[in-house]
Amino acid sequence: MNTAPFTAQPVASPHAHGGNSVTRTMFRVQLALVPATLYGFWLFGWPAFFLWLLTILACLGFEALSLKCMGSGRIKATLHDGSALLTGWLLAMTLPPWAPWWVAVVGGFIAIVIGKQVFGGIGQNVFNPAMVARVALLVSFPVPLTQWVTPLPMTHLAAPDFVDGLRIFLGSLPQPDAIASASLLGFTKTEMSRGIDLIHSLGGEHAPALSWIGARSGSFGESASLLVLAGGVYLLLCRIITWHAPAAVLAGLAIPSAIGHAVDPAHYLSVETHLLSGAAVLGAFFIATDYVTSPNTGAGQIVFGLGIGLLTWVIRTFGGYPEGMAFAILLMNALTPVIDRFAKPRILGRDRKGKALDVPQTKGA
Amino acid sequence: MIAAILSLTVLGAALGMVLGVANKFLAVEGNPLVDELTAMMPGSNCGQCGFPGCSGAATAIADGSAAPTCCPPGGKALAAAIAAKLGITVDLSAMADDGPKIAVVAEELCIGCCRCSKVCPTDAILGAAKQIHNVFREACTGCSSCVEKCPTEALVMRPVPVTLQHWVMPKPLAA
Amino acid sequence: MGFMNLFKHFLSDGWGVHPDDHKRPAADAPVRIMPVPTKLYLPLQQHLGGPARPVVLVGQKVKKGEIIAEAQGMVSAPIHAPTSGTIVAVTEVTAPHPSGLTLPAIILESDGADEWCELRGCNDPFALEPAEIGKRVAAAGVVGLGGAAFPSAVKLIGASRAQVTTLVINGGECEPYLSCDDRLMRDAAAGIVDGIRIMLHATGAQIALVGIEDNKPEAIATMAAATADFPQVQVRPVPARYPMGSEKQLIQVLTGIEVPADGRPADIGVVVHNVGTALAVRVAVREGKPLISRLVTVNGACASAPGNIEVRVGTLAEEVIAYAGGLKGEGLGLARRVMGGPMMGMQIPHWRVPVVKGTSGILALDAGEVAEQEPNPCIRCGSCVKACPMGLLPLEMSARIRSEAFDEAIDLGLKDCIACGCCAYVCPSRIPLVQYFVHAKGELAAQDRAKLRTEATKKLAQQRQERLEREAREKAEAAARRKAEREAAAKATAATAETQGASA
Repeated sequence: MNTAPFTAQPVASPHAHGGNSVTRTMFRVQLALVPATLYGFWLFGWPAFFLWLLTILACLGFEALSLKCMGSGRIKATLHDGSALLTGWLLAMTLPPWAPWWVAVVGGFIAIVIGKQVFGGIGQNVFNPAMVARVALLVSFPVPLTQWVTPLPMTHLAAPDFVDGLRIFLGSLPQPDAIASASLLGFTKTEMSRGIDLIHSLGGEHAPALSWIGARSGSFGESASLLVLAGGVYLLLCRIITWHAPAAVLAGLAIPSAIGHAVDPAHYLSVETHLLSGAAVLGAFFIATDYVTSPNTGAGQIVFGLGIGLLTWVIRTFGGYPEGMAFAILLMNALTPVIDRFAKPRILGRDRKGKALDVPQTKGA
Repeated sequence: MIAAILSLTVLGAALGMVLGVANKFLAVEGNPLVDELTAMMPGSNCGQCGFPGCSGAATAIADGSAAPTCCPPGGKALAAAIAAKLGITVDLSAMADDGPKIAVVAEELCIGCCRCSKVCPTDAILGAAKQIHNVFREACTGCSSCVEKCPTEALVMRPVPVTLQHWVMPKPLAA
Repeated sequence: MGFMNLFKHFLSDGWGVHPDDHKRPAADAPVRIMPVPTKLYLPLQQHLGGPARPVVLVGQKVKKGEIIAEAQGMVSAPIHAPTSGTIVAVTEVTAPHPSGLTLPAIILESDGADEWCELRGCNDPFALEPAEIGKRVAAAGVVGLGGAAFPSAVKLIGASRAQVTTLVINGGECEPYLSCDDRLMRDAAAGIVDGIRIMLHATGAQIALVGIEDNKPEAIATMAAATADFPQVQVRPVPARYPMGSEKQLIQVLTGIEVPADGRPADIGVVVHNVGTALAVRVAVREGKPLISRLVTVNGACASAPGNIEVRVGTLAEEVIAYAGGLKGEGLGLARRVMGGPMMGMQIPHWRVPVVKGTSGILALDAGEVAEQEPNPCIRCGSCVKACPMGLLPLEMSARIRSEAFDEAIDLGLKDCIACGCCAYVCPSRIPLVQYFVHAKGELAAQDRAKLRTEATKKLAQQRQERLEREAREKAEAAARRKAEREAAAKATAATAETQGASA
């Protein structure tokens, strides 16, 4: 009867588990990214695929390397949790689809080594690693990071085939000028700086169109807002994320842009332009909901999300860069510990400040 | 260039002087740390550390001439607490600490000489001349001063048995 | 899932968890009554508070129901002989506790006659004074049968002093696997309701609310039928959600009132008792029979025939399992032995542990059920924050405890933690959060004890110092006195000599 070994270390309850695991959570997030990613491959062709693949491989490689350098005995287990893979995937989705190979490698290095392992590995980083890499790349290499291409579906005749795609990716084949294009936010920013207001610039024939299904230039993961949104809804339904942060990000972006656009449509972009452009949806559902770098409570996440939305709008409208999602997220990441300190849940039987509720004196009288 | 270097040098020198003066005139009188450490010690002044009483040991630990591990009755727990207080790290593995111990009289060996009860810092040993002595478990601090005095080796240190009320769930192994 | 449900699903405050309840088929199997084993092991501490003091001698013959250990202190309960027989020893047995430490216990050898001692029942408990009911419940050694085993009489008497208005009867049984309360409500609803009415009389409360989780429709139906004639006893189905059976949570769901953090339910006019306790109170008052047996759920993937068994207190778990049909495959797949439920029960080192008054279940869990995995680093997902029924931040508390910053953990609410296990149950990184909290609470208690001890030691050392000084002073005084006497004597001699010389 006594065949079961008695573990020397006594264990506390519970003697059951709900079955959730880090690997499963990360896998579901990756699953939610699949539709938008596949669509991105189709829109931007082989170079986008190579970029995606190498970014992920770079992240996994640097993760393994860092762990090895630190003498960790859990390299395999850590790679298995899927967090490095997800970081690479998210980073790839925010890069220009035809970015050259070294962008992927440098990005992977910054994301994993500087953005994550330096802080102590998974769960310890203050900033979202993918966003750290994205911002560092943008600031360091502005040219390749702002070269957008018009979508050229794989079925299109002019689309590069496998070999040409590889050559574009490796930089041995120059990008055809014809397909170079500007993103909507970049276009309006440039035109504004030339003194042309929004009504004229967007009315012009070269203006990039707004597209729900993403048939426009941009990072390969951000163009299909609808598919990214679908992934986000899937995460909401399987309770990987809660509604607080995404709703707050979108509201934080929509409210000021609605007010601005109502006041002066010539200088302020409309709500749908803001929401459908750039990384708004991707950021709201996939980056602002990053467990490690966002607040723990619903209330905290609302403050956090509103801050991201508002800062994004401010940067897009008044800043030097056309897109500000990544900056806004990093800024709010830095505030997460502060938000966590103030947005604590109320303990049962105590008030918000942690003082015990008063014992009623009137009973029985 | 020269102006910048010069101005920064002057600034640094001036601020350094201010700090030096402040250190001289705003120095803290006495050392409050000693009192705090004394309060942490067992307080039985058993003398096993080699210092005159617990406050002596506290002074020595505070000025760095003794290690936080010098108090046997305090054991690992006290060493860790003192190290935390002083913000230093100590090698606890060197301390042979199998948990708290108390003295126990082997009744068949005790001759009732009363030598042990004279040295006990907490009067934990009961007994009159020619009577078998006994140790009050509650009062014994485990300083083992009595063990050396016993001519018949009737006094031995035994670990305090762990009971359900005193058992502490071990800390989980770090992930 | 309807649209409204989906909507609610997103808006719910979401405390607690919804574990797979594993209650059936054990809950549907009829209760089996286990015969009295040859030896019963009765720990002297089966309840919260002070241990009982033995009042029998080795070799003494006792009848069933005779008191063998009396209550000691304010919060304590006596222990009675579960059958007739001989006291063979007072020794140590393994406690139902993860430490595997032992407890002093009385060992009773059954004589097979199972003969009751003289009982003092009461046909009309409602004619008794409330205080007298409290006395009889105390004398019968009734403790809370939900698991915590708090002496029931202390609660009843306290409630009548605090003038409570509402009696909450806990039929929640939110722990997975356990179905002893469910079974009791289905089989003995009339007795439970009678017990509730006696408790109403004893406490002076006006209304009794019986909270039963809605995953027990049969129990709700039988209890509703049994309470039909008594408007002061109301059955209230509550949503099945762990830890619904926790005192503070059940009170909040049933009455809408929160128990203040520093207070007791009695402070807000509520007292909570388990359904099993209600039946035990009825038996104690009406028939005068002490608490000597209880329903125990035997369950888990390794149990061949899960079900509820009526067991005498003091029976070894080993024998209960053997009676229940043994373990599958001779216990080959057994991963953990648990007494109580899987969420808050105690891991036990082996099966030779006796059933005590608070034992609600004996679980033989396999590796799949325990789902033990090596912990990973915290990813700050916040699942534990959402699951915590007390509104705590388990991830922050465990991080503080890991770096031994117990004071900060207390500031975060460590003392409000009820150790329900929701946080560890949902943790994707499998961090043993409850173990951190139990460890910290134990360490803090040890620190408090150490502080008291240091103070006591200092006092002793000081007293010794005073004694030594006093002795030295007395010695010096005595010496001085003697010297004075000697001098006086010498003077006297000299004087005498002088006078003699002078006279000479």
